[in-house]
Amino acid sequence: MGQISLKQITKSFGDVQVIPPLDLEIKDGEFVVFVGPSGCGKSTLLRLIAGLEDVTSGVIDIDGADATALPPAKRRLAMVFQSYALYPHMSVRKNIAFPLRMAKMDKAEQDRRVTAAASVLNLTDYLDRRPGQLSGGQRQRVAIGRAIVREPAAFLFDEPLSNLDAALRVNMRLEISELHQNLKTTMIYVTHDQVEAMTMADKIVVLQSGVIEQVGSPLELYHTPRNKFVAGFIGSPKMNFMTGAEAAKHDAATIGIRPEHITTSTTDGLWKGVVGVSEHLGSDTFLHVTLEGASEPITVRVDGELPVHHGDTVFLTPDESKIHRFDANDLRIA
Amino acid sequence: MARAVTTRRKAINTALAWAIGLLIFFPILWTILTSFKTEGQAIADPPIFLFFDWTLENYAIVQERSDYMRYLVNSIIIALGSTALGIVIAVPAAWSMAFVPSKRTKDILMWMLSTKMLPAVGVLYPIYLLFIKMGLLDSRMGLVVVLMLINLPIIVWMLYTYFKEIPGEILEAARMDGATLKEEIIYILTPMAVPGIASTLLLNVILAWNEAFWTLNLTAAKAAPLTAFIASYSSPEGLFYAKLSAASTMAIAPILILGWFSQKQLVRGLTFGAVK
Repeated sequence: MGQISLKQITKSFGDVQVIPPLDLEIKDGEFVVFVGPSGCGKSTLLRLIAGLEDVTSGVIDIDGADATALPPAKRRLAMVFQSYALYPHMSVRKNIAFPLRMAKMDKAEQDRRVTAAASVLNLTDYLDRRPGQLSGGQRQRVAIGRAIVREPAAFLFDEPLSNLDAALRVNMRLEISELHQNLKTTMIYVTHDQVEAMTMADKIVVLQSGVIEQVGSPLELYHTPRNKFVAGFIGSPKMNFMTGAEAAKHDAATIGIRPEHITTSTTDGLWKGVVGVSEHLGSDTFLHVTLEGASEPITVRVDGELPVHHGDTVFLTPDESKIHRFDANDLRIA
Repeated sequence: MARAVTTRRKAINTALAWAIGLLIFFPILWTILTSFKTEGQAIADPPIFLFFDWTLENYAIVQERSDYMRYLVNSIIIALGSTALGIVIAVPAAWSMAFVPSKRTKDILMWMLSTKMLPAVGVLYPIYLLFIKMGLLDSRMGLVVVLMLINLPIIVWMLYTYFKEIPGEILEAARMDGATLKEEIIYILTPMAVPGIASTLLLNVILAWNEAFWTLNLTAAKAAPLTAFIASYSSPEGLFYAKLSAASTMAIAPILILGWFSQKQLVRGLTFGAVK
C-alpha cells in the first residue's frame, strides 16, 4: 500500500514561505510526477514527504495514518537521489543490503533480496565492486536497487536522471517505467524535464513558486492546460503565444497554438513570415518564423523534411480547433 | 593545448624541490650532526660539516644528567591525552557545524580561530593563577587540558572541513535507509572521514609534542615534557651546543619517526577534498 495525502501543508525557511498551503492526493500504485522550473518547490515538496524536511504546518498521511512527525526511516518510503548518494566505502552488495541491515533482517533473507534485486537490475556481475568503479547508469541502478530491496510503501525519485547523458537517460526512463509496471508500487518522481513527465507519469503535478498550477494526466495537461503557464510548460517545443489583434479576433487576451498545430506552405496561408533558424532533424523540421509586424518568432513543426532555409518566405495556417484562449489573468477560456 | 612539460623543465623543478626540501631540513640535519661532535668542534669556525671525530659522549652525558625516559613519558601522555580529549569534543562540534549549520556557524568558526591570534603570554598570568588555585601546576592533567584548549580550534576547523566534503545527500540516504544518528555516524560518516580524522590526530600530536610556551611555564619537574628537557640544556653558565643538540635530537626523534611513517596519511589528509 502506498497512499499519500498532503493536507494544507506549508513550508517556510525563515520568513520566506516556499510552499503556501497545499493539498494533494496520491493514490496507491500511481506514478506521480512533480514538474516545474527550478526553484518551484518540487524537490522541497518531495523532501517534506520523505521527512528530510519538517513541514511548517499541515498534515501528511501515509496509508491513512498521520506521518507528519515520523522520522524518515519510519515512513516506509525509499528515495533515489540525483547524486545517487551511494556509500562510497561499501561494495555494491553492501550498499543494496544497507537498509536491510539497518532493519536487522536476518542474513539469509538479506542475501536473497540483494540477489533478486541485482538480477532485476543487471547488477549481478558488479556486486563486489565499489560505486567508484561503476558507470553513471550502473550507479543509478544500485541506488534503485537499494530502494527496491526494502519493499517500501512508495518510491521517491529526486531528479534521478539529471546526471546521465541523453542516450542513457532514455534507457533509464524506460527501465523505471518498466519497474513501475512490475512492482505496481506508488512512485513520486521529481523532474524539471517535461518530456520525462509526459512519458512516465500517470498523473502530473505542475508546480510554480510552490503552488500547484494543475494536476492531471499527461494528455489532459496537453489538451486542456488550465492556464498559460501550464500551456507553455507542457509540450515540446513550447506553445506559441500571441496577443493583440490576433488574440482579439478570438475574444481572448492571449491565444496559444502549439508548433505541431500549424500548417506550413511555401505558396499560401493565413500568416506570412520569414524563416530565421531552421532545424532539420530528418523526421521533423522545426522552423522559427518571424511574422510580418511581430517581434517574437514563432516555432512551427513540420512532419518530415521541408526544404526551406534562412531568409525564405513561408505561409502559416493554424488549426483553428486547436487554438487555446486565455483571459487577461492568463486563465484558460473554455 | 596541454602545457608542454619538457625534460629540462622537469629537471629544474626537481632540483628546485630538492633544494627547498634540503633548506627546510637543514637545521634538523645540523642539529643531529652537531650532537655527534665534541663541544669544541661544535663551535669551530669555520664550521665543520662531516669530517670530525664522531662521538656518542654527548648522549651519554645527557642521559646521565637527566632522566630522558621520564620526560618522554610525560610528552607522550600530554600529546596523546590532549589530542584524544580534543577529538572527543571536536567531533560532535564539527558534525553539528557541518551538517546542521546555523546563521552564526561561520562567525563561531572565525571566533574560535581568532583565539589563536591572541599572544599566549597575554593570558599567562591569569592561567598561572588559576593553575595555582586549582592545584594543577606541574601536573600532566593541567597540561593535557591547556594543550587541548590551545589546539581545539585547529581540530574543529580541520574536522569541519573534512565533514563538509561529505555530501549531505549520503547522510540523508542513510537516514532514509533507516539508520539512527548513531548508526549514521558509525557506519557512514566515520568511515568516510577516516583520512581526515587520522591526519587531524597526527597533526595535533605533533603540535602538542612541540608546544613549548605552556609546557615550560606551567611545569617544574614532575610533569615536564621533552621541551623542558631541551630547555634545561640552555643554562646561564653558557650554551653547550653539542649537548643541547644531543638533547634536541633525542626529543624530536620520536615525532620525526612518527611523521616519517605517517607522511602519506598526513599529506592525503591535508589535501583531502582538494581534488575531486
